[in-house]
Amino acid sequence: MKFMLMLASDPSLEPTPDGPDFEAYMGEWAAYSAALEEIGALVGGEALQGAETATTVQVRDGERVVTDGPFIESKEVLGGFYLIDVADLDAALDWAARIPNARFGSVEVRPVMAFE
Amino acid sequence: MSSARLDVADVFRDEWPRLVARLVRDVGDVGLAEDAAQEAFVEAARRWPERGSPDVPAAWLLTTARRKAIDQLRRSKRLTDRLADLVVVEDGASVADGAETPGDLVDDQLALLLGCCHPALSFDAQVALTLRIVAGLSSAQIARAFFVSESTMTRRLTRSKSKIRATNLAFTRPDVATLHERLPAVSAIIYSIFTEGHASANAPTLVRGDLCDEAIWLGTLVHQLVPDDPEVSGLLALMLLIDARRATRTDEHGVPVRLAAQDRTGWDAAQISTGITTLANAYGARRGGPYQFQAAIAALHATAATFDDTDWAAIVRLYEVLLARQPSAVLGLNHAVAVSQRDGMAAGLRALELIERHEPFAEELADYPYFHSARGEMLAALNRSSEAVSAFDQALAACTNEAERTHLAVRIRELSPPNE
Repeated sequence: MKFMLMLASDPSLEPTPDGPDFEAYMGEWAAYSAALEEIGALVGGEALQGAETATTVQVRDGERVVTDGPFIESKEVLGGFYLIDVADLDAALDWAARIPNARFGSVEVRPVMAFE
Repeated sequence: MSSARLDVADVFRDEWPRLVARLVRDVGDVGLAEDAAQEAFVEAARRWPERGSPDVPAAWLLTTARRKAIDQLRRSKRLTDRLADLVVVEDGASVADGAETPGDLVDDQLALLLGCCHPALSFDAQVALTLRIVAGLSSAQIARAFFVSESTMTRRLTRSKSKIRATNLAFTRPDVATLHERLPAVSAIIYSIFTEGHASANAPTLVRGDLCDEAIWLGTLVHQLVPDDPEVSGLLALMLLIDARRATRTDEHGVPVRLAAQDRTGWDAAQISTGITTLANAYGARRGGPYQFQAAIAALHATAATFDDTDWAAIVRLYEVLLARQPSAVLGLNHAVAVSQRDGMAAGLRALELIERHEPFAEELADYPYFHSARGEMLAALNRSSEAVSAFDQALAACTNEAERTHLAVRIRELSPPNE
């Protein structure tokens, strides 16, 4: 069954492109995606650009409201997601724990709605 | 069918978790398994008094429950793939086929217990599920145990089962790693049920025996399923040893009686003996842990002829081991009380002052009635009556248990100078 893994972290805690650990860190991400793909569990996934590039849209009383920024202002921001297809919650939790920035931030794991 | 009048209630205790565990394996859905088991027992309660109880109650219950599950699956489109498997089993099975190997029985019940204590569920949900799914308590009984309305408890159970279904939370035979990872949570849940039963924060009485019984029953089950885990044994021993004193902890009016004043002839000697044997077996594993240490303390109390004969030095040492592993306000308090017995009241008061000065504990202790009443008792023993009274006043202010409050009021009266 499908689960979405939503990655939230404080970007200031993660290795930056100019730093010494960055290459190794990127290697971890590549290995992770490859591991998911190898068992046929990877349905989708993307890294998102920074929270400063976000725009939020709401429609209220028929009017469209556009604001600069993410829908919740917080230190931990949504950085990306994975959509995986695995047997059960325990499998999804195991994969969530292996995500490279799980040690800096939080991964929310939620089953995808199955419409009959 | 046997003509012997075997009551459904007699078999419910042992057969409920076995039945639910087996059904979870058969149908793969906890809610469905629970409903089918419930209906099977309801039918047993109707049929057995009329026709006599079956020779093999477990097989009868399993067959009946499976039929109920099939009916339910036919009505629900959601689980139709399970239906095919189940019907095959049903057609091929005879009544006697309900038997499974003892190993299967253990694995299924462990799967059930560990599933109820999955970290994806909140602690409250884990407790409620364990009591409902493993111990077979009704939603109403659990609600009463935790002082919430029945509808709140039903909602809590329903939401947990929804999450279990939505996430396909597995109730499968645990591997060794999962078992060892999850056992502490299982123990914590059982111990929290016992603690509520042993010294209730909210009930009008101090001791709620039924909850202690449930906790001990659960602890015994886990011990049977995992006989080699020393902390599982330690927990069971701890509960047995503490509970052995149940009859003497309150007087006929429900007022708490201090350990020093309890009539030790009223302690359950057989239960103490079982507790000590269980603890001794745990030591064989040579892996100490908090439940074992706490049980050792309880054993020292349980085997002392009188309060004064108690090996307080050993108890002080055990509290120090516990504090070194995981300091807590309550442990610090118990240690100080033991120190007061070993070294005298003045030393005890100094020990109390020390923990009070420890920042993280200060706030917790301020709200903890036993901290203040312990100080009160030490001061009273030193004839510092007015200080003792203000300590008991603080205890009263922090205390929510009716029976305890009555006891504290009595102490205050005893120590206050009579009015002119």
